[in-house]
Amino acid sequence: MLSGGGGGSGGGGGGAGGGGGAGGGSGGGRSPKPSFVSYVTPEEINLTEKEISRKEKQPDLLQGEVIFCSASPIRKCTQDDFSQRGIFGSLFCTNFRISFISDETQLEEEEGQVFKNKLYGENDIPLTCVDNIYRGFDEKKKLITSGSVRNKYPSKIIIHCKDLRVFQFSLAFAKEEDAKKIFQGIVHHCLEPKSLKCIFAFSYSEKMTFSSENQTKLKTVMFDSMVDWAQEMKRTKGNCKLVSANADFNISTKYIWCWSHHSGCALFKTASLPLMQEDGCSQSYRTYMERYCTCVKTEELPETLPTIQDIQQSYNKFKQFFLVDNTTEFWMSDVKWFSSLENSGWLDIIRQCLTKAVEVVECLENENTNVLIMEEEGSDLCCVISSLVQVMLDPHFRTLEGFQSLVQKEWVAGGHHFLDRCNYLHKDKESPVFLLFLECVWQLLQQYAPAFQFSETYLTVLSDSVDVSVFSTFLFNSPHHRATTIQPVSLLAQKGPLNLPTVWDWSVQFNSAAQDFFTNPLYVEKSRQDKVPRKTFRPKHQRHQSLPSTAFKSSPKKSFFKDETDSLKKMLRVKRISRWLNPTDLTQSTTREFYEAWQRKPLDYHGLLLPCVDGPALRVWAQRYLRWLPEVQIFGGGAMTLEKKLVDLLAEVRELRGKLDWHCSVDFSHRGAAALAGSSVRLSSAFPFFVSRTWSFKPAIPSCLQKNLITGTFADKEDEDSECLGVI
Amino acid sequence: MAEIESCFVFNASTKQSIFLCFQASNESLKMELLADVPLLPGEERVIDKDIIYICPFNGPVKGRVFITNYRLFFRSVDVDPAVTLNVPLGVISRVEKMGGASSRGENSYGLDITCKDMRNLRFALKQEGHSRRDIFDILFRYAFPLSHGLQLFAFLSQEKYQENGWTVYNPVQEFRRQGLPNDQWRITFLNNNYELCDTYPTILVVPYSASDEDLRKVATFRSRGRIPVLSWIHPENQAVITRCSQPLVGMSGKRNRDDERYLDIIRATNKMTSKLTIFDARPNVNAVANKATGGGYEGEDAYQNAELVFLDIHNIHVMRESLKKLKDIVYPNVEESHWLSSLESTHWLEHIKLVLSGAIQVADKISTGSSVVVHCSDGWDRTAQLTSLAMLMLDSYYRTFRGFQVLLEKEWISFGHKFASRIGHGDKNHADADRSPIFLQFIDCVWQMTKQFPTAFEFNERLLVAVLDHLYSCRFGTFLYNCESARDANEVKMKTVSLWSFINSDRASYINPFYTVEFVHVLYPVASMRHLELWVSYYIRWNPRIRQQQHSPMEQRYKELLALKEQYLRKLEELQLSDSTSHLSNSTAPSPSTPSQRVTHLQTPF
Repeated sequence: MLSGGGGGSGGGGGGAGGGGGAGGGSGGGRSPKPSFVSYVTPEEINLTEKEISRKEKQPDLLQGEVIFCSASPIRKCTQDDFSQRGIFGSLFCTNFRISFISDETQLEEEEGQVFKNKLYGENDIPLTCVDNIYRGFDEKKKLITSGSVRNKYPSKIIIHCKDLRVFQFSLAFAKEEDAKKIFQGIVHHCLEPKSLKCIFAFSYSEKMTFSSENQTKLKTVMFDSMVDWAQEMKRTKGNCKLVSANADFNISTKYIWCWSHHSGCALFKTASLPLMQEDGCSQSYRTYMERYCTCVKTEELPETLPTIQDIQQSYNKFKQFFLVDNTTEFWMSDVKWFSSLENSGWLDIIRQCLTKAVEVVECLENENTNVLIMEEEGSDLCCVISSLVQVMLDPHFRTLEGFQSLVQKEWVAGGHHFLDRCNYLHKDKESPVFLLFLECVWQLLQQYAPAFQFSETYLTVLSDSVDVSVFSTFLFNSPHHRATTIQPVSLLAQKGPLNLPTVWDWSVQFNSAAQDFFTNPLYVEKSRQDKVPRKTFRPKHQRHQSLPSTAFKSSPKKSFFKDETDSLKKMLRVKRISRWLNPTDLTQSTTREFYEAWQRKPLDYHGLLLPCVDGPALRVWAQRYLRWLPEVQIFGGGAMTLEKKLVDLLAEVRELRGKLDWHCSVDFSHRGAAALAGSSVRLSSAFPFFVSRTWSFKPAIPSCLQKNLITGTFADKEDEDSECLGVI
Repeated sequence: MAEIESCFVFNASTKQSIFLCFQASNESLKMELLADVPLLPGEERVIDKDIIYICPFNGPVKGRVFITNYRLFFRSVDVDPAVTLNVPLGVISRVEKMGGASSRGENSYGLDITCKDMRNLRFALKQEGHSRRDIFDILFRYAFPLSHGLQLFAFLSQEKYQENGWTVYNPVQEFRRQGLPNDQWRITFLNNNYELCDTYPTILVVPYSASDEDLRKVATFRSRGRIPVLSWIHPENQAVITRCSQPLVGMSGKRNRDDERYLDIIRATNKMTSKLTIFDARPNVNAVANKATGGGYEGEDAYQNAELVFLDIHNIHVMRESLKKLKDIVYPNVEESHWLSSLESTHWLEHIKLVLSGAIQVADKISTGSSVVVHCSDGWDRTAQLTSLAMLMLDSYYRTFRGFQVLLEKEWISFGHKFASRIGHGDKNHADADRSPIFLQFIDCVWQMTKQFPTAFEFNERLLVAVLDHLYSCRFGTFLYNCESARDANEVKMKTVSLWSFINSDRASYINPFYTVEFVHVLYPVASMRHLELWVSYYIRWNPRIRQQQHSPMEQRYKELLALKEQYLRKLEELQLSDSTSHLSNSTAPSPSTPSQRVTHLQTPF
């Protein structure tokens, strides 16, 4: 289906780009590069060019962005529009996004748009952000799968996005040919498998120069050099030897140091050893480990945690509750909300990850034992657990830069298969593992907000950025994959290596005012006096105390961790799924004790944090999941109203402080007034993401209230007085 | 304050009360202590005894229990930190003997106390010599004084406060605030002696064009004479919320011309109302079922210019059972394996949703300029919930510290929500079918609103918890008795202290620092399960695993910043003063050492 960047079609693609550039004025690919990848046949290009010349309005194309096809008039149906008439405009499909341009005069530059993404607007859907496309007919919808449509096109398409937006476009008003083209174009580019080079990031970065200045300006440690690792080792006072043996990515299985506890013990992760080698090879690995560390507890994650497929399935169920097509459907699903939520199992998976992380923390913190976490590839749940453990234990990773460095270290350098898991290439290996991690961090954030330098909005934006397909961060399956991918391209282009932007360069997406939303006004940096250098608080002998025998004896979780009973366990191994559904009571009770003992101590936001995982404590990440649903917008309310008060006061205090400093004629660094201050935006619970055009004074009145809610004894017993004295 | 250390986390109001009574008894020189907790003025010790408290979270704890005419107090011995319990006797709904003299097993002989505030207390005693007999009898007498010819503690209390809470609500003043009387509505004193309706207040607002005679006639056709009267009027569009009880239609489908005409008069007071909306809070079937007992609803034929809407809110029995189920899943342990579906199966939040969405519909009608009538069966449970919640949405005054007290006094207390029957103050009959958590449910709805609009309410969560705690405690007269006439007969205002005396003497504790006055538009909460939450810090507050935050971090940070702002302002003022005085003598910048010192002194981390 795809032409992989050959000469002929490359020229055609250049033509299309030129056409787009001429029409749009913002300049697409004006000069065709040999490496340019074309997605369309010349025949299509001619049509698009004709279309474009007729059009006045066009999307503002990004560098390297080209229009594949377009159609108009297209009606966009909006949910918060009570008149249900929708908006007419044109629909475009480019190599980056699906874009709807309204015919009506744009209110884009409204005051409300403080939080504008520079890469895509509210009516744009990055191609990699498309989750599912449905054919809509008579209030029903049917999933469109790749290859299932040839010459037909539906009168209405419904697009569900990975950031949980829902778009409905009616194609019925456009010319049949245009409608067919745009429909097929969208389906083709959003659903068919493609090659990595077709991802927009490559066209984008070719035209853009992301100076390495930008990157060095960032304080985020990228963990792409030995120096970074050595620094981190020094910071945590780890005592492991750095090995550069894997510099050329030859060794597939190795123990990776993650983090060192101040007591001297450390956390490691690894891919599982093939069972065949159990006798010979693993023995050598174990001796290797034991040489460096006196003792290590091995934790096989798949035995107690859900699989990648479980995670994907559960999330698929979960997200459906938020991809709502109409109000009736919304209120229908509201009736059984809690049980549906439970049935999806998503919160339970979050609970299991948090619980597992607490177990590992307990080993490091209480028993001062090295922990090795294992998993088949060592790059999915290992990343989740290892990074969660570090967020809980190390306040550095709760700062913005620290958190970003952690993602670089554990996920990017740690070889999480972002490309596969994000499903950019539609290869069916999708699983929201990284999102799961962000979900867990969000749970911690909402339980202990003052401990985090970053805000909920930051996490939401980060979770969205995964699906924008511009950032190198999420583009590869491993550092090795990255290195091998970037090199050949650069040879062809006769340029230096491709310089893809990292997601941490937030200026690519947001201006500085919008970036102010990323910081948590509740966070208070540890004051200088308190910042004593990290010391070993425990008596020194404890460092060496953990000889295997004593450590295992002292551990009440003996049966849970992999130890000498391992072989027995292998014989008795039941299906994984049943394991994670029924975790042993034993671990539950010990982690419970550990949690309760910690909880009795006064809470230190700059110390160890343990999540409460009880039913009422785990919640739905409302900002991420509810922001686009008009039915649940709290106009004039929501958590943001509180935050605004706080931010305003903070700005006021800073200003006063500035004045004071000025009075004392001391050089002061007065930060600009925060983004929220002074803006007359009417807040709602979806702020800053969704600013409703129609500020609604109409309340959402629930329909579909379950009429036969109560079928108990009292349903027909009316009413409140003596009539009912007999009923007890 | 050793209590803070205890295994039970007391809510702020309880602690506050301990603190306050400390001051009070200091003043009265009569420093009698219970262990180390001072007694309230008027509180007397009755018995104390060595006992084992079977803490559901920490296991059995040895200690001593003290019983007064107001409370049960327990303090552990030999446990660090000490475990304490401080339970007003009014909270107790049931005392049972557990096990017999011959029961086997450790701690199997003792008492089991069921409380109205979502907890149970178990105590174990020595099995020899009927050791629990005296304490059981005393608890039974003092926890249920009205069943034993004793007085409620509110009548024995000698507490004195600077504020007089009984002056908080003055109906004439409140109606004047609403712009009443006006050319359409008048104040009537027809019920001055509770002759028209013995469960209504004395002062009522009725349509100007309805005569006293009309009102008397209408009263014959409304259950217990609770005729439609005005609760609230919209200051601009003049749409009104009126409340009443069900019409006495009965099986035969009786009609009453006076009632029909009266409702049409109400409709006609507002020119924009072409059809009067009657919100019947009940489910349709219940309204029909009520015909069998002489009640019913307004038929379409009889009431031509009205439309009837059923709001599907269930009756007191359903609510009581729902709360019982909720207690089962949160106390003593929070249901673990299927928390969400268990929560759903209690239907508690579903009921909250129905009540809120009913109130939203009322508020919506009013703000679009259409008058409404709200009733259920007797008009003192669901009706009170709906009118007061709608008023909370419509009128920002009721969201202030004072206004909320007025709202409770007006819509709940003066209009005869049967607090005595619903709570069962001092009454031993724990299984009384009249008991129901209707008021709790309303406070829960208010809490949901404060969660959704965190800057719109002048009071905080602590106020709501304090109100609920003293709903049961019987320390104040505010929630005693079923209606105003009974309160008058028992001279409540003369003989007891108002809860608002206590609350208003400590205003600062109950103020929401984030309150912003700017709200002029209607507050519509979202009545979707997606936003409704279980009020964990009330329903699960006894569980130490659920971390209780005395002050939310947000609130704490805000207060810190406010203090910092004050400090900076003061410094700035000082500097400006010194600048203006020293300006002539020394116009150059001050020496580098002093300012930097000043600045570091002020350095507080952001």
